[in-house]
Amino acid sequence: MKNIDSNSHLRGESIYLDDVPLVAGTLFAAAFGSPHAHGKILNLDLSEAEKMPGVARIFTYKDVPGENQIGGIVPDEPLLAEHHVHFQGMPVALVVAESVEEAKMAMKKIKIDIEPLPIITDPRVAREKGELIVPPRTFKIGDVDAAWSQCAHIVEGTADTNGQEHLYIETQGAYTFPLENGSIRIISSTQGPTAVQRHAAICLGIPMHMLEVDVTRLGGGFGGKEDQASMWAILCALATYHLKRPVKYSLDRMEDMRMTGKRNPYSSDFKIGLDKDLNIIAYESTYHQNAGAAADLSPAVLERTLFHSTNSYFVPNVKATAYSCRTNLPPNTAFRGFGGPQGMFVIEAAIHKAAETIGVPAWEIQSRNLIKTGDEFPFGQIAESEAKECWVVANQIFEPEKIEKEIKAFNAENVLFKKGMSFMPICFGISFTKTPMNQARALVHVYTDGSVGVSTGAVEMGQGVNTKMLQVATQIFSIHPNRVKIHTTNTFRIANTSPSAASATADLNGKAVEIACNAILDRLKTITAEKFSVSETEVSIDNEEVLIKGSPVGYNWSQLIQDGYLKRIALSEHGHYAPPGLHYDAKIEKGHPFAYHVFGTAITEVTVDCLRGTYLVNSVKIVHDFGTSMNTAIDRGQIEGGLVQGIGWMTLEEIVYDENGRLRSNALSTYKVPDIYSVPKEIDIKFLKTEKDNMAILKSKAVGEPPLMYGIGTYFALRNAIKAYRPDAEMEYATPMTPERVLMGLVGKKQEKVTV
Amino acid sequence: MSILGASNNLILIRFILNKKEIQTALPPGTLLLDFIRYHQHQMGTKIGCREGDCGACSVLVGDFKNKNLHYQSATSCLTALGNVHGKHVISIEGLNMAELNLAQQAMKDESATQCGFCTPGFVVSLSGFCLTEQEPTEENVLAAISGNICRCTGYKSIEKAAGTVCKSLENRGNESPIDFAIRKNYLPQYLTEIPARLLALKQNLNGALQPKTAKPKFLGGGTDLYVQQHETMHHEDIDFLFDQSDLKGIVQKGDICEIGAASTVTDMLESPVFQAYFPNLKQIGKLVSSEPIRNIATIAGNIINASPIGDLSIFFLALDAKIHLKNGNEKRMVPLRSLYLGYKNLDRLPEEIVEKISFKLPDEQSKINFEKVCKRTHLDIASVNSALFVELEENKILNAGLSAGGVGPVPLFLPKSSAFLSGKTVSIELLEELLELIQTEISPISDVRGTETYKRTLLHQLVKAHFSVMFKELDVKQLMNLSL
Ligand SMILES: Cc1cc2nc3c(=O)[nH]c(=O)nc-3n(C[C@H](O)[C@H](O)[C@H](O)COP(=O)(O)OP(=O)(O)OC[C@H]3O[C@@H](n4cnc5c(N)ncnc54)[C@H](O)[C@@H]3O)c2cc1C
Ligand code: FES
Ligand code: FES
Repeated sequence: MKNIDSNSHLRGESIYLDDVPLVAGTLFAAAFGSPHAHGKILNLDLSEAEKMPGVARIFTYKDVPGENQIGGIVPDEPLLAEHHVHFQGMPVALVVAESVEEAKMAMKKIKIDIEPLPIITDPRVAREKGELIVPPRTFKIGDVDAAWSQCAHIVEGTADTNGQEHLYIETQGAYTFPLENGSIRIISSTQGPTAVQRHAAICLGIPMHMLEVDVTRLGGGFGGKEDQASMWAILCALATYHLKRPVKYSLDRMEDMRMTGKRNPYSSDFKIGLDKDLNIIAYESTYHQNAGAAADLSPAVLERTLFHSTNSYFVPNVKATAYSCRTNLPPNTAFRGFGGPQGMFVIEAAIHKAAETIGVPAWEIQSRNLIKTGDEFPFGQIAESEAKECWVVANQIFEPEKIEKEIKAFNAENVLFKKGMSFMPICFGISFTKTPMNQARALVHVYTDGSVGVSTGAVEMGQGVNTKMLQVATQIFSIHPNRVKIHTTNTFRIANTSPSAASATADLNGKAVEIACNAILDRLKTITAEKFSVSETEVSIDNEEVLIKGSPVGYNWSQLIQDGYLKRIALSEHGHYAPPGLHYDAKIEKGHPFAYHVFGTAITEVTVDCLRGTYLVNSVKIVHDFGTSMNTAIDRGQIEGGLVQGIGWMTLEEIVYDENGRLRSNALSTYKVPDIYSVPKEIDIKFLKTEKDNMAILKSKAVGEPPLMYGIGTYFALRNAIKAYRPDAEMEYATPMTPERVLMGLVGKKQEKVTV
Repeated sequence: MSILGASNNLILIRFILNKKEIQTALPPGTLLLDFIRYHQHQMGTKIGCREGDCGACSVLVGDFKNKNLHYQSATSCLTALGNVHGKHVISIEGLNMAELNLAQQAMKDESATQCGFCTPGFVVSLSGFCLTEQEPTEENVLAAISGNICRCTGYKSIEKAAGTVCKSLENRGNESPIDFAIRKNYLPQYLTEIPARLLALKQNLNGALQPKTAKPKFLGGGTDLYVQQHETMHHEDIDFLFDQSDLKGIVQKGDICEIGAASTVTDMLESPVFQAYFPNLKQIGKLVSSEPIRNIATIAGNIINASPIGDLSIFFLALDAKIHLKNGNEKRMVPLRSLYLGYKNLDRLPEEIVEKISFKLPDEQSKINFEKVCKRTHLDIASVNSALFVELEENKILNAGLSAGGVGPVPLFLPKSSAFLSGKTVSIELLEELLELIQTEISPISDVRGTETYKRTLLHQLVKAHFSVMFKELDVKQLMNLSL
């Protein structure tokens, strides 16, 4: 089934935040962000700004009636700065005016005096100074210290990954409306409607039941609107609370890039030990996560880094320690993969360095150490693994030996161009690592005309979750897809939602839909059984027809629903789902946090122009563990999109902050995401179909985040191509692999730190 | 040019938006994007960046060229209402039919839409492709969507959809693109009526747009001005140069080529003169911005903007182009090589407009090569770019022009290096000496496009690339081994 929004998307008729028809009397907001990355506010002078034409009011922290706090995991982030500023762009005041233009003009007249304090942008410096967001955490298995003595090869090093701007094409925004008796309706471009509701309630000092948050869809989220959408929604709500007028704020691109956090950059150390047969015996890693100025989701991101510190490999002795370091950058946050990719890059770097040192291709180490069913992850969960299957099938279908041979021949012949290849196996855990968040609800109404309305906690942001929800409902009722409408995500209809994140949205909400639909179906079967004097098990519905003992009886869905109404059975149901068996004890760092893991293998081939330092990704060939995909078109799209986003993170996407914490890559002209020419010439995806029972919705495994990590393969393929040109190239394990970094490697120069 | 006080009587801007005739008294500097979304309340045209860099706001602009209505894509976020005066503008709403149109259906079939935010932009670009005379080749159809960024799909599905669109145009033969598209029901019927409606509208335009003051802002396509001064531009008094017929046209006069200042990059790439004299024009062209930007970016705009990494400035510096300025009736000529005095400081009075650019066309014995490296090969500003022009006699260089961008405060002509080459015979040794010399003529700084060391290294490599492309007889290994 095609994405159910296809037609309206293609006709430009889908409604995003900025497309909501304006209500008369709407005011427009603009946030005044701190011009300094760290300092004490000595004076804030609004007098001139307040006199500017069109200004309705300018708000500061003093106007926050409740608690001036939006921190989710750690209460360390004010809605509006009080006496200190901690990053450039930190909202200090909110200007609300009759037009966007007037709000922006007035904003220019705000004067602020800031006494500068020292600025930290490097997470290692932050750690030295004791600037930690939460205490460090360590995952352990076996005894690393004792294991080194069994190793024939021990290799140490550092590995750094830069951040990544989400660059959802729709920027952040919100639109709030006063309802009667002080209630507020918030339309927000958020992945987490409940997060918006909860923090708006805290800031405004009113109960959550007065705040209706409604989300139709997002023009992309990728994690960037999981927590960070709350700020703008609550700022608008604050203005609506005071002014009793609708308030809208749709950020412009530069505001969005400057004021919101990104994927956490990491700077890590590794030490890896292998025996003479290339089995990984020991692995020790230390991660310095650049959290930015506040916790936001960083502690949870940090945890996932640890959960994925060994990627797809079984290592008997592991010690992985992670520090969440406070710096003076915008609070960094969730981004597809959520710390997993950062952790996986480090062990891949360790394996590649070991391979280079030992003088074997990295894939010899990779293939030998893939995790098997029954192996234990460092956090205690026993693996149900498809790692080997994916690897083996990839080898069967794609014949990498042949690719390798061709590359060798090409490289021997060519001076100006060199090719390189790599393998990238992935293993990604599905579930929120914070166990209580693994719950979802769905509200299903069957109307008397037989049409069905479904509400869930899932937010549609391009991942196709609404299509999957519709598939679940149509499949269970066995009715035509046109009968089902997926309604907006709304906190008045579905309460206490978890954000649409962790790749788990379709699983959790889909199961809730399944439960609700089945409950209604059971009741329908009961009345049908009565009507035809058969047992309930003899009733079924097939493609709108009611069947008795498998045969049609001239009775259809519409008639059945009519009868259901007349018989006064509940044609609505609220389904609740919480996956069983999940637990985790952070005190001992052991448990079973994931419903299941998703596996896959990618083989990447690249060509480097050794004169210019530019490059091309020739092909990425993937075998991916889908379980039994319920929508191959959507799932394929997730793989392609995730892969390309991962390649972008590894290659062109370069976030540059200067020493003053100012973002220099602050627009699409200076921050480059992949365009149509820069994507792999060929992407070949083979479905590893497994019928095994798993906890996924309709056995269709989660597919949102895992493919991003295939992109890591491009980094190592490029490195291998550079090495083919200059075997003695001394290159740090640092990303992104921009043409600059490639050229420096090719000419044998050290890459200087990019500070401007 | 502006005549003071000549137009106190208000000239309304008139054009056709989809099916609807528009007449508006809004300031002519108002952006088309804002007009469509917030004045016409047609919300299909999206905003992703307001900088021409994402294509979410793409529209098609149609105007008569010779006698035919000719459509091109443009980014509405950088297009002033004044620049569509008397034209036909098509937004996504104007491409919808009862059923999905060709591009829409192809994208649906390939699942080429996810969050959908970029999608109308792609549909507009692909539908625009159906309306152009360009040959339906894969290369051309990809160029048509080269200005559209999608963050969700990874493009493969979009690429396939583009392939389908392309294939559907294969049997067009000599039929006009518009007739063909409508006959095949690829695009809505109403488009057939537009030429007549537009002609009628053009006859009723009460004159060209005139600036109101003596010191207006000169506007070409707006791709620099609206990025740099987007907050103020729409209120500015503007002299719209883009459609002034005396600033258009690319002609050959003997061995001289004259380019009207308001010619666009696309005009240049499509010009028979350029195509005849620069065989690798298409490859060079593809490196400059994206198709919708090339369609509106003017040559004079690139030169006067004086960005140190302007691609056209670099190209024309190597060719020793002359800039023809005019101020009322006063005219003068400045060699491009002496136009740039310092950072954004030109040998040009604020009142002077560029009328044309001229240069001597290369002869059989000449070669030119252009190199550009950026983070992303396409739709990106160069870290370093460079052009080398040589006049040869056998393998002796008679005359050379070497230019480089991104390595100084202005687009640089390298006089010493250029002079050094004259009279020399091409060899690895010559290149080696040249490579040393160029380093003395540049002063790059570290910025978001690269560190100083990188830019020095990159220019070193690009000059080697010039030699490797131009002089195939040189030993590649030796060339590669020349290090900084
Ligand atoms: C997304 C994007 C990508 C880009 N990519 C590239 C690229 O790859 N390479 C590159 O070189 N540039 C690039 N540019 C920059 C820009 O497109 C070019 O510099 C373009 O040629 C400017 O022309 P314009 O007509 O749009 O200029 P405008 O913005 O209209 O004008 C620019 C300046 O020139 C002046 N001016 C214009 N015409 C005249 C005239 N006839 N006489 C006197 N003054 C005049 C204006 O007053 C203004 O000061 C890009 C821009 C964007 C937005
Ligand atoms: S909004 Fe991005 S190109 Fe116009
Ligand atoms: S579909 Fe989301 S940006 Fe293209």
